[in-house]
Amino acid sequence: MERIPIYKIGDILLVSIQIDLQDQDAMNLQDDLSNRVVETGAHGVVIDISALELVDSFIGRMLSTIAAVSRVLDARTVVVGMRPAVAITLVELGLSLPGVETALDVESGLALIASHLSDSEFIDAAVPGAALDD
Amino acid sequence: MTEASDATVVEIASDADVVRVRQLVRGLAVRAGLSLVDQTKLITASSELARNTLVYGGGGRAIVSFTQDNTRRGVEAQFVDEGPGIPDVDQALQDGWTSGSGLGLGLSGSRRLVDVFDLDTDVGAGTRVRIVKWGR
Repeated sequence: MERIPIYKIGDILLVSIQIDLQDQDAMNLQDDLSNRVVETGAHGVVIDISALELVDSFIGRMLSTIAAVSRVLDARTVVVGMRPAVAITLVELGLSLPGVETALDVESGLALIASHLSDSEFIDAAVPGAALDD
Repeated sequence: MTEASDATVVEIASDADVVRVRQLVRGLAVRAGLSLVDQTKLITASSELARNTLVYGGGGRAIVSFTQDNTRRGVEAQFVDEGPGIPDVDQALQDGWTSGSGLGLGLSGSRRLVDVFDLDTDVGAGTRVRIVKWGR
């Protein structure tokens, strides 16, 4: 079991999943992210799954739950970097990831969240080259 | 007619074992020459079925091997438990039906991802699911 690091970039939390997720890892990430959203007051969560070789029903449910919980806590979730083979398999498996927004890569994910928010302070923080927190 | 060879058995008793099954299946799928999409489908189906074995079967084992018929090579995986069995198989194979807290996609979804899906279950005795994915 491993803890997956969560990075705060301005108003956004960024997670890049680089391990083969056990079910308990997924549960931990769900809890950790909810806590960090509340602690930081983040308005966006970007989850990079480009290293994941599969999204099965358990991981799919984790992504949907994170999106739903974040929404209640006033943050939008964007899942980025899904591999084409994973996307094809996900659809055939019957998973639709309700409530989960997706983007091709981290940059597009950040832009998508920025477009949802008119807060200029947030946009400054999300634009590459602008001063970052931490 | 198919014949299996060099089967590897993995005990399924924890979350970590589900990951182990995925990795084993992935290795064989690559060596059998399955396309990336077919590898992903087989690994995903195996993940669902291994989790079923753990959660609903109370643990069990996966038996993974190469298989071939006259024209094709592929990977076969069996998931075996001595759990409570499935009382109503038709119902269990419907999308969205679950006896637990899952999404109800494990059996029905994984059946769509593979070329062969045989389910054998006896109430009170256990469940065996056999899947095959062929190379193209």
